[in-house]
Formats: sequence, C-alpha cells, structure tokens
Amino acid sequence: MRPEVLTPATELEMLLPASARTWLAEARRQPLETAFPAAARKVGRDRLSPAWTTDQAVRVLLLVGAPATDVLDVYRYGDAAEKLAVLHALSVADVAHPLDDQALPIIEDAIRTNDRRLLAAALGPYATHHLPQHAFRQAVLKCVFADVPLAVVDGLPKRVDQELIRMMSDFAAERSAAGRDTPADLEAYLTCPP
Amino acid sequence: MRIFDPHIHMTSRTTDDYAAMAAHGVQALVEPAFWLGQPRTSVGSFVDYFDALIGWEPFRASQYGIKHHCTIALNPKEANDPRCREVLEVLPRYLAKDGVVAVGEVGYDSMTPEEDEVFATQLQLAKQFELPVLVHTPHRDKAAGTTRTLAVVKESGLEPHSVVVDHLNELTVKEVADSGCWMGFSIYPDTKMDPDRMVVILQQFGTERILVNSAADWGKSDPLRTYATGQAMLAAGFTEDDVDQVLWRNPVAFYGQSQRLDLTGTEPDDTYEGNSILRGARA
Ligand SMILES: [Zn+2]
Repeated sequence: MRPEVLTPATELEMLLPASARTWLAEARRQPLETAFPAAARKVGRDRLSPAWTTDQAVRVLLLVGAPATDVLDVYRYGDAAEKLAVLHALSVADVAHPLDDQALPIIEDAIRTNDRRLLAAALGPYATHHLPQHAFRQAVLKCVFADVPLAVVDGLPKRVDQELIRMMSDFAAERSAAGRDTPADLEAYLTCPP
Repeated sequence: MRIFDPHIHMTSRTTDDYAAMAAHGVQALVEPAFWLGQPRTSVGSFVDYFDALIGWEPFRASQYGIKHHCTIALNPKEANDPRCREVLEVLPRYLAKDGVVAVGEVGYDSMTPEEDEVFATQLQLAKQFELPVLVHTPHRDKAAGTTRTLAVVKESGLEPHSVVVDHLNELTVKEVADSGCWMGFSIYPDTKMDPDRMVVILQQFGTERILVNSAADWGKSDPLRTYATGQAMLAAGFTEDDVDQVLWRNPVAFYGQSQRLDLTGTEPDDTYEGNSILRGARA
C-alpha cells in the first residue's frame, strides 16, 4: 500500500485531549473485548478533526499492535460504531501495514451490509489496495444504489476500468428506461471514460 | 406529545410502522431481546439477532429520526432448550455495548428449574454490568409468576428501582407497586391491557414508576398504543405534563440508570422545562 495515503497513529494521538489519553493508557492494560466497546462512553464522541471523533481515534489506537485475530473479533462482535472504527483503523498505517490482506473479510462483510455508513467506510485506501477488481466494481455500483457519493470511494477514479464503465452505463440506461434520474456523480464516469 | 416506547419489537415491524410512529410523536424506543415466534436451535441464531439489535435496527430507526436502544438476554421460553443455553456465554460481549440499556427480557414462561437458573444468572450479570433489568411476567399463571418473580429479584440483591416488572394487569400491579420495582404495562388491541383500563390504573396508582408500552411484535399488536394511551389520559383529565411523565420522562429515568441512553437530536417537550434527566443520563 502506498504509505502516503495512510494516516500515522502518532497523528491521531496528537489530536486526543488529555483525558482521552489518560483513559487510553489505562484501557491498553484491559482485554480488548472490554475496552473497545466501552471507549465511546468513557472518552466521548467529540469531533477532533474533519475525519476523526474522539471515540473513533481512541478505538483505532487500541487496535495498534493487536493481532489480526483480535481485530477480526472486535469487528465480528462490534455494534455499528465499533465496526465503523475498525474500518477507519484500516486507513491508519500502524494498523493496516502489519495486517496486510488479513482484514479483507472485514471489508467484504461491510460491503455486504445495507448500512451505507459501513459501505462508505469500507471503500477507503485499504480496499483500494486489497479488494479484487470484481468485488471493487460491485461495491462501487452498490454505492450508486445506496446513495453513497462516489467522491468518498478512495479507489475512484484510479481503479475505473472498461467493465465498470459498462456496468455504470447499463445502470444509467435502466434508470432512464424507468423514467428516473441518473445520479449526477455517475454522469462524469459515463462521459469521460478512462 | 413526545413518546418513548420502552418495549417494542421493531424487528417484526415494517417501515410504514416506523413512519406512523414518528408521525405520532415516538422519538425513542427500547427493543428488548425476546423470542422470534419460530424457536431458535443454536447460539448462532441468537448472535445474529443480537447483532441486528445493535446494528441494523438502530440504523433503520434512525432513518425515521427515532433513537433505538435495546436490551439483551436469553429469554425464558428458549432458556428451556439446552441447545440455546450457551447463549449465556456470549451475553457479556453484548452487555458491554453502548446501545444496550438493560438486561432483558428475563423472567418466567413456564416456571421450570431451567428458567429459575437462567433468570438468577442473568440478574447477576445485570449487577456486574451495572444495568437495569426488564422482567417479563408469564401469560399463563400470571399472578403466581409475578409473586415468584419478585421473590427472585429480592433474593438477587438488586435494588428494586433498577427493575421493571412488565406485562402487568389489575391483579398483579399492587404487589409490584409495593415491592418498589417499576411497573410495566403492555397495551394491546385485545389482550393484556387496553388504554382505558390503563387510565384507571394510573388514577389508582399515580404516574410515578410506571412504564407504558405497545410491546408490538409478531402477534396482533399496534405500535401506536402508547399514543392512544396518552390520548385516553388527556380525555380522562390528566394533564399534558402527566402524559409527558408517563410516556417520556419515566422511560428516560428508568433506562437512564444504564448511563448509556443517547437522546441527542430528540425534541424537547414544551410542557417540561429543561431536560435535566436527559443530561444526567448522558454524563
Ligand atoms: Zn416483549
């Protein structure tokens, strides 16, 4: 994965207020399955930057150094907010690099859900790097169906290929046959093929 | 009228129901884990169900501006199936979740030794996770079941104010009122309680420590029975403030004991100045 697209964990740590840092230090000594779900009610959900809230940043930092089985496990038993945090963690270098492609089942699961927050979060740089092309195309089309703006898909436009353009064009044709509008962000891909 | 339905099984309802509830003032609800009509035969079915209660269903509710929380437990009916017993081992994972505001529905169905054991175990989990408890009372042999329920709750050492004993009627309410536990009433189209009988109980017992729910599920039920009860209260001379206490502040106070209620974005009621209970719960 190209390192420049990933956030280093140190950057997240710097965003944290002191109280959250104190709790994090304590939480690192607890079992992950206890600390991870408790994080939001312990540190709060304030927005720290356009990309991060306190609970998400703390949860991501709890995953730094965790073995792949633990990461898969907290995702498996996570509520929607925990699942989102794990997906965001895959855009952080210190979590994503050691996992290599072992977190791919998480991305695939999130793409299968009908929760558009999970779908959008799944299509970050980790998916750009690891998701096979067929699955990537299907996920992009699912975004179109689920009203997830294509601008949030990290792999666009760089992973567009002729097959994806064909799928998008067929979708647009189906929409116009039904007398319905084609989403504006799809239009760009139909008129400017790669 | 703002409404918090403290007991409704949204998994069984359509999006039309969500829309109608929102249009009638329902802004928050709690969906207790219970059985699904068709008995489950493995732990996996429960885990998927619990995941829906903390994942998919809150997402569905949020599309109608409704705050969704849930309670988690092994229900008494299925506690009798040894294949479902291992559910007890996964409960701690779920009781740690932000959206889980109580242990429930626990209690009795047929009052078997298996139910005794699973009920007592889960009351201890409630203590460990500092959560209130939602107790279902049996449909058959309800009065005896309620008496036994209260004895088990007392024996557990839980504070009565952290327990709601649900599905009460004219014959069981007194005993629960005297115990110090919260009194829960499920208002159904033709069984259990109806709005007018509920009003009579409110006239006798007052508006404190009482939760009114629709308990709408897979059987004949109506998710707007809470609203109908509010209307019946007003028609009988209760004030808007009384209605707000029963249909909003009481459930907020009860589930607020979990310290996990998140009611951000709900509209305040102008009959009630300042929502201090809500702020307390969010601390
Ligand atoms: Zn129920």
